[in-house]
Amino acid sequence: MLDIPFWKRLLILALIGLGLLYAMPNLFYNRVEQHNDAVTAAERNGFATEEETQARAGWPDWLPSGLVNLGLDLRGGAHLLGEVHVQDVYKARMDSLWPELRDALAAQRDLVGAVRRVQAPDGQLTVEIGNPEQMAKAVEIARGLATPVTSLTGAGQSDLAISASGSRLTVQLSDAEKAATDDRTVQQSLEIIRRRIDEVGTREPTIQRQGKDRILIQVPGIGSAEELKQLIGTTAKLTFNPVVNRTTDANARPGTGNVLLPSMDEPGVYYVIEENPVVTGEDLTDARPSFDQNGAPAVDFRFGPSGAKRFGAYTSANIGQPFAIVLDNQVISAPVIRQAITTGSGQISGAMDVEGSTQLAVLLRAGALPAQMTFLEERTIGPELGQDSIDAGRLSSIIATVAVVAYMVASYGLFGVFASVAVIVNVILILSVMSMMGATLTLPGIAGIVLTVGTAVDANVIIYERIREELRAGKRMAKAIDDGFSEAMSAIIDANVTSFIAAMVMFFLGSGPVKGFAVTLTIGLVTSVFTAIYLTRLLIVLWLEWRKPKELIL
Amino acid sequence: MAFRLKLVPDNTSYNFFRWQWLTFGISALAMVVSVVLVLVMGLNFGIDFKGGTTIRTESPTAFEVGDYRQALNGLDLGDVSITEVFDPSFGASKHVAMIRIGTTDETGSVTPEQLNEVEAALQTVDPQVVFAAVESVGPKVSGELIKTAFYAVGAATICIMFYIWLRFEWQFALGAVVSIVHDVLLTVGIFSLFQLKFDLTTIAALLTTLGYSVNDTVVVFDRLRENLIKFKTMPLIDVMNLTVNETLSRTIMTAVTTALALGAMMIFGGDVIRGFVFAMLWGVFVGCYSTIYVAKNIVLWLGVKRDWSKPGPKEKTPGEDIPAAFRDAP
Repeated sequence: MLDIPFWKRLLILALIGLGLLYAMPNLFYNRVEQHNDAVTAAERNGFATEEETQARAGWPDWLPSGLVNLGLDLRGGAHLLGEVHVQDVYKARMDSLWPELRDALAAQRDLVGAVRRVQAPDGQLTVEIGNPEQMAKAVEIARGLATPVTSLTGAGQSDLAISASGSRLTVQLSDAEKAATDDRTVQQSLEIIRRRIDEVGTREPTIQRQGKDRILIQVPGIGSAEELKQLIGTTAKLTFNPVVNRTTDANARPGTGNVLLPSMDEPGVYYVIEENPVVTGEDLTDARPSFDQNGAPAVDFRFGPSGAKRFGAYTSANIGQPFAIVLDNQVISAPVIRQAITTGSGQISGAMDVEGSTQLAVLLRAGALPAQMTFLEERTIGPELGQDSIDAGRLSSIIATVAVVAYMVASYGLFGVFASVAVIVNVILILSVMSMMGATLTLPGIAGIVLTVGTAVDANVIIYERIREELRAGKRMAKAIDDGFSEAMSAIIDANVTSFIAAMVMFFLGSGPVKGFAVTLTIGLVTSVFTAIYLTRLLIVLWLEWRKPKELIL
Repeated sequence: MAFRLKLVPDNTSYNFFRWQWLTFGISALAMVVSVVLVLVMGLNFGIDFKGGTTIRTESPTAFEVGDYRQALNGLDLGDVSITEVFDPSFGASKHVAMIRIGTTDETGSVTPEQLNEVEAALQTVDPQVVFAAVESVGPKVSGELIKTAFYAVGAATICIMFYIWLRFEWQFALGAVVSIVHDVLLTVGIFSLFQLKFDLTTIAALLTTLGYSVNDTVVVFDRLRENLIKFKTMPLIDVMNLTVNETLSRTIMTAVTTALALGAMMIFGGDVIRGFVFAMLWGVFVGCYSTIYVAKNIVLWLGVKRDWSKPGPKEKTPGEDIPAAFRDAP
């Protein structure tokens, strides 16, 4: 077993060479990072500025450019864990179902009698009908509004759960539809958050779904969690509603179908508006910051075809009437319609500064969050602290490596050198695998690497101790080395598999730092088995062939 | 003769079982003491598990904790604790404090407005103070985090037990698990004793410790199995002593290299990570001890099937159960 075929030697060395190549970009972290940023910018914009071309030239295109992602604790940035209020959507669905159900029941007024919506918990639509004996008919009508659930698990089920008792008919979403809706709501929120963060153009944000209704957002380089929250926390729900009345009475009764909303820029002023909007922000196709005819900041917007049509029809029928532009339950402005707007474009102006109009345009372009979010976890890590951690991590890794190498060499002499080479190659391989995978290095991750340095020699120690024993038992050198390797194998495998199990559990059950640590630990296990068994053996064999030693002192 | 550093002589023949009742008694006592400590003193849970807000301040000028406390007194924040952080790596112009604000009400963390007030109040005391890190966790999440952390430790233990049962015998699996429980309890106990901050990273350290301890145990078990086949008639206790003596050199070597690496991290790794590294270092120490004095005692008392010639599990030749891919290595 001590003669390793040529192709195997080549393969081992090639793998290590590849590892070195892929780990190398990390030595030139800033240059590679700027190069990568320039490449993404060029892809997104379709052109490159002078600066970007220069940054791109800082690192050759043909070299690997993957980097170890630095975690928030090393780079600084903000971390948010948000919970999406998926139930919000149930209420919205029921509210929008009401006019439909009312019209459908009203068509059968002779049979079911008068229809009235009564108070019910959010997410339920309860109506009272005049002729309770015709309830079966009413239920049938309501059922006519239901559609099958469009999801794999809920296929074949109806989206509405309808129940009746006495004169009351209650409609709510079925469980299957609720599950499907929750999923859609979270997906949509995720997408919108991603778009909002991308608009600001920060580097490599992490936006992940977590569990049923949670979203994890990590943005490196942003000043604080507060800033991030402002960016994504606004729902930006934009609607255009007919105005019924303008008042200064905060307790005015709006009447059914109407709501009372405060004005954004005139304190103490309230508008009574119709609850059902003419057009909503979802019909927008574009929004950009601009200035109105008085030179004040404003936002220009454009509707899609169907929105433009509805807006045109409404404005032509209501010339001289005010209509309200409502953002997140506040009236931005309530201009009077002077002429029909059929072009599908318009302008929002009101009390805002340039920054405000830019942000509003971003929010409108990205679309509204389908439901409100609350934040369960917020973390801000300052960039200085991150830099301190990197420095401390680097220093302690170097000292740890030097200490371990010195100890190994003192204990095993030349074989200790071989083991040390294997350990150093091991660390490089870990970095290269992490760069290839785009894995994130955190502070606990650095500790994981340091621990790997400590334990990676374990496989070598097991082998060397075994060789020592074989030598003491009087075996010839080559035989002792050979047997040492093969006898130690079972212990090495068992030991590493158990550690691997622990790392897997950490990965699947852990979150945050635990997960990052598990990733480095797992990669370290795999690479350390490779370097301890294959690389060390190759080094020993090369040494035997080159020096042809007569005896071995170990 | 070339120089070789040997912490363990070549041929040792210590009797590790001479004091087996004493050592096992100490272990059992330590486990009980740990549980009592946790019950009586509790754990110093970080905000990961307890909810609340922590603020790390850094300032070039020295400050008095009392001044900070006074500045925050009027803000009605509930439970506030301020500690000054010392670290050898800090220069003379770096003064760090950790301010922890407990959960105030059902919303859990401090509101952004309160946070602004806190920052403003501290800046009036020390205009140069900067806020290096601000973290807050709501009680809803913290409750879940503590639950999943326990699941993680539990699941890892069960998976490892299952693997050892597959590869060895059930007695070995039980021995390994008792030693894992021993290590975990003792680590949690020392965290309680010194009131060190117990958070998510501590759990990661605990799981690593667990991996290391099992690693250590498995290497000894592996040799034990081999010796059991080799010395069919030797009393179990003697086989075990022989095994530990044979593997002692390796156990010490690996513990020292790991301790060297972790020691470097402990001294030079900065204060942010010190608790985490301490947990691992302690774990290495306890793990070593438990391999020799806990795991094997259990196996000794339970006994293992010795007569492999009778029908029963097939006798294994050394190396036979190594996956073919590795057996055929160069």
